[in-house]
Amino acid sequence: MSEPAQQTQRPYRPEISRLWWLRRRSYVFFVLRELSSIFVAWSVVFLLLLVRALAQGEAQFRAFLDWAAGPWVVALDVLTLAFLVLHAVTWFNLTPAATVVKLRGRRVPPRAIAGGAYAAWVAVTALVVVLVVTR
Amino acid sequence: MEPVLWLLFSAGGVVSALFLPVLVFLFALAVPLGWIEEPGRDRLLGLLGHPLTALVLLGICVLSLLHWAQRFRYTLFDGLRLKAHERPINVGVYALALLGSAAAAVVLWQAVAARSG
Repeated sequence: MSEPAQQTQRPYRPEISRLWWLRRRSYVFFVLRELSSIFVAWSVVFLLLLVRALAQGEAQFRAFLDWAAGPWVVALDVLTLAFLVLHAVTWFNLTPAATVVKLRGRRVPPRAIAGGAYAAWVAVTALVVVLVVTR
Repeated sequence: MEPVLWLLFSAGGVVSALFLPVLVFLFALAVPLGWIEEPGRDRLLGLLGHPLTALVLLGICVLSLLHWAQRFRYTLFDGLRLKAHERPINVGVYALALLGSAAAAVVLWQAVAARSG
């Protein structure tokens, strides 16, 4: 058993393709969830462009709304909303795994924590809609 | 440093999940496409340029960008197997997140000033 040292000490590096996540549906889902962060960032950029146009004046605000109603921007924003919902649902579903809440020495059941997260989502959504829509 | 970044990632995950879907639905689809009666600039500026709203929006923007930075760099490391380029990626994503946060502060400040001025 006398192998040359160079050969025996070479570290094992399995070849993994950059497209490894296309091999299984669960991998694709994982990558889609990870990609949601790009759409989170785009949402921030979009909202800041809106606020900037609002601050600049009526003409800039009109121009922004026309731009936002264009087919490419609408398509991007529909995709964005889909990824935001994917992010929210996967995030709230994982909340019980990440948070252990104890009340009077008893662990609050995971379902109650997830339910609380969804209730908070509904409450925030309703509040924002009421603030923006009612006059 | 790493635990702090994960904490900010989580905070940004919660905030973006709670607030961004409704904000994008309203301001990126419902208002531009006329699904709801358009509120008008004065009313929207009155709402979004209010100091309290602006502060909340700044928090949403900064935490969401930090959430993006942490998750996106792991997307690059794991998804595209770019762990070998860890340093430039770390510097790049957090520089972008800080730049975006500064831009958010400036823009929201302009809205507050426009509302009161």
